[in-house]
Amino acid sequence: MAEEAPRSATAGAGEDWRPSAAIEALRARAEILRRIRAFLEARGLWEVETPVLSAATATDPAIDSLETRCRAPGAPPRLYLQTSPEHAMKRLLAAGSGPIYQITRAFRDGEAGRLHNPEFTILEWYRVGFDEHALMDEVEALVRTALAGHRELPQRPFRRLAWRAAFAEATGLDPLAAPAAELARLARAHGLEPSPALAGDRAALEDWLLDAVVVPALARGGPFFLHDWPAERAALARLRPGSPPVAARFELFVDGIELANGYHELADAAEQRLRMERDRARRRRAGRAVPPVDARLLAALEAGLPDCAGVALGVDRLVMLALGARSLAEVIAFPLPRA
Amino acid sequence: MPSYSTNEFRSGLKVILDGEPYVIIENEFVKPGKGQAFNRVKLRNLKTGRVIDKTFKSGETVEAADVVERPMQYLYTDGEQWHFMDPETYEQYAADATAVGDAAKWLKEQDVCNVTLWNDAPLLVTPPNFVVLRVVETDPGVRGDTAQGGNKPAKLETGAVVRVPLFVEEGELIKVDTRTGEYVSRVKE
Repeated sequence: MAEEAPRSATAGAGEDWRPSAAIEALRARAEILRRIRAFLEARGLWEVETPVLSAATATDPAIDSLETRCRAPGAPPRLYLQTSPEHAMKRLLAAGSGPIYQITRAFRDGEAGRLHNPEFTILEWYRVGFDEHALMDEVEALVRTALAGHRELPQRPFRRLAWRAAFAEATGLDPLAAPAAELARLARAHGLEPSPALAGDRAALEDWLLDAVVVPALARGGPFFLHDWPAERAALARLRPGSPPVAARFELFVDGIELANGYHELADAAEQRLRMERDRARRRRAGRAVPPVDARLLAALEAGLPDCAGVALGVDRLVMLALGARSLAEVIAFPLPRA
Repeated sequence: MPSYSTNEFRSGLKVILDGEPYVIIENEFVKPGKGQAFNRVKLRNLKTGRVIDKTFKSGETVEAADVVERPMQYLYTDGEQWHFMDPETYEQYAADATAVGDAAKWLKEQDVCNVTLWNDAPLLVTPPNFVVLRVVETDPGVRGDTAQGGNKPAKLETGAVVRVPLFVEEGELIKVDTRTGEYVSRVKE
């Protein structure tokens, strides 16, 4: 028997039919989207559309996908709402698309707060023949174009720091050498009390110190890129040999807010499969849902992904920065509680 | 023991940390794109009033504090304890000086206060926002000068001292805002 929803899904709706964002904010948002498209089109990228609903999804250890079902003939037993359009866009690149971009919706389960909405707008673009530093130049130009007239940015180029050096500069500690107890002590010295579960988890402590100590300290000097991430934080970036090897990955922070994440893309199918299996094992151990390996992405890499760099940028956050808003609810018409 | 997961955190939630009762006053969800999620939380210790910051990994659970707030009638003090009664159950509760704190100077018999109970014992006494108390001691009033500014100290029947306008006389009733300790108006009997 079909399940029936309660007559009203929204208890005592009252005024929450209204957008949480002001109409002027939504118009400014539309204008920023036009600027983004004009900027990318002028540079020879073309706009693509790929499915929001897929048979496979990201296997990232710390990103949870929303799942749904579809009764259409030929549909896989389970479908995922994309956490980013990365896999599908790489399939287009492998099929010979050349430089492409997409502005679409991405979904992440469990993420809600001032800077998170489970459904959000993502801008993702790929540049054939670029490495991550060439792409950082373009990201900076795009952000400057989008924010022009809305807010001031320093004239000098955005700072670029390696992850390890940034940590050392802001804390005086070498994050690769310092024991977990040292990281917990550093947190306490900043008046930050980690719960026991947090104090005992080194990777989580690093994430947390980066957010609570390193990024705020560096943000005082203006927007900056963090690049050369530790190999275990490579995600889908290629590794550059060295001791230790580092990931060809970068992130952009503006006002201390994580705005974009990019890679010199991993093109090696075998290495990609290994990382997915490793992620899945971690997810299994952590008791999280374990999505399948995306066989079509792996097949595309085997067919040959051109040497390229790609980046994802949070559009809602960009608009928020442009308008000096404090929360995403000020720039999204109907964030989840009102959706 | 009941407990709360970090995804249930919101302001007003009462929890136990290191054996002490706290109320969440701010909860921020933090998550690096590829990294782990956290809850950065500001909590107030319900016994001491001290505010602390603490960060939890998302998914952690914290013990719930059996803390309830109830309106209760103030009965009397024996000098060491202040006695209250739940008007619904007629049950009586004795609060010590730590629980009563600054509220003591506003307590008048029969007034209804908010009493916070932790494991059924008074933890905190909040006086009514406004109380009406008699002036027992103040300099003589200045007649015909009701519009002019200026004020003077007045001692009230509960022992509290507040600044009142010059025209207020001994023996009169006045209304006081207990949150600011400020005079609001005269009250006719």
